[in-house]
Amino acid sequence: MTRFIYVTYIRTTPEKLWDALTQPEFTRAYWSETWHDTTWKPGSSWKLMIPDGRVGDSGEVVEIEKPKRLVLKWRNEFLPEIREEGYSRCVFELQPQGDMVKLTVTQEMDTPESKFIANVSSGWPVILSSLKSLLETGDALEATKHWPKGM
Amino acid sequence: MDTDAVFKALADSHRRKLLDRLFAKNGQRLSELCVGLDMTRQAVSKHLGILERANVVVAIRSGRDKLHYLNPVPIHDIAERWIGKYERLRLHALHDLKKYLEDQGDNL
Repeated sequence: MTRFIYVTYIRTTPEKLWDALTQPEFTRAYWSETWHDTTWKPGSSWKLMIPDGRVGDSGEVVEIEKPKRLVLKWRNEFLPEIREEGYSRCVFELQPQGDMVKLTVTQEMDTPESKFIANVSSGWPVILSSLKSLLETGDALEATKHWPKGM
Repeated sequence: MDTDAVFKALADSHRRKLLDRLFAKNGQRLSELCVGLDMTRQAVSKHLGILERANVVVAIRSGRDKLHYLNPVPIHDIAERWIGKYERLRLHALHDLKKYLEDQGDNL
């Protein structure tokens, strides 16, 4: 099992954070122009779409409890050697703490030394920092405003 | 994020060593982290507590074990807030200098 955990505290409400995590108009702003293609129902298919129309990642909505918990079955689609590792599990947990919300993102894969986990582990910190910046200041970080050229 | 707590957590070579070890292998138990370190188990546990309170390390229960994970988000926030933007200013300054010198060159 390879696992990565990210915890960030964001000055916002669980409802706003939930929308920022799930709604295309928000994800496009802080998550490199990507957006979720799903109906957000348990068992429904889920895709993270790249702005040029490719499917970046795909899987399924495993659990959804707005605005507290979201579990996705998640496989990379656009990098062949990462895709072949199969499905990971990604859990988003939102817990209000005073005027902040504690957001915990856990991503895990059953294989040891997972390349997929190594790959996402360099991506999540910048995306989550950008999400925090967007919710707290109204502006996302420059580095995450666009899909990286040539990727 | 409590920035003071993060800087304080990083301002100790033993704690930075623990972060390096978690970077090399994430999700370790206290006993694993103690191996080969010149510190008592109590001292390692105390340092991990400081890292956890600063949110730089996250501990989760997995059966009977408590596993320690690196949380890269606070350090990334510090890099963005205290390093990245200064670096960008310098890059902009270099860019402006290059442009100025090249424009001068055109006028010769």
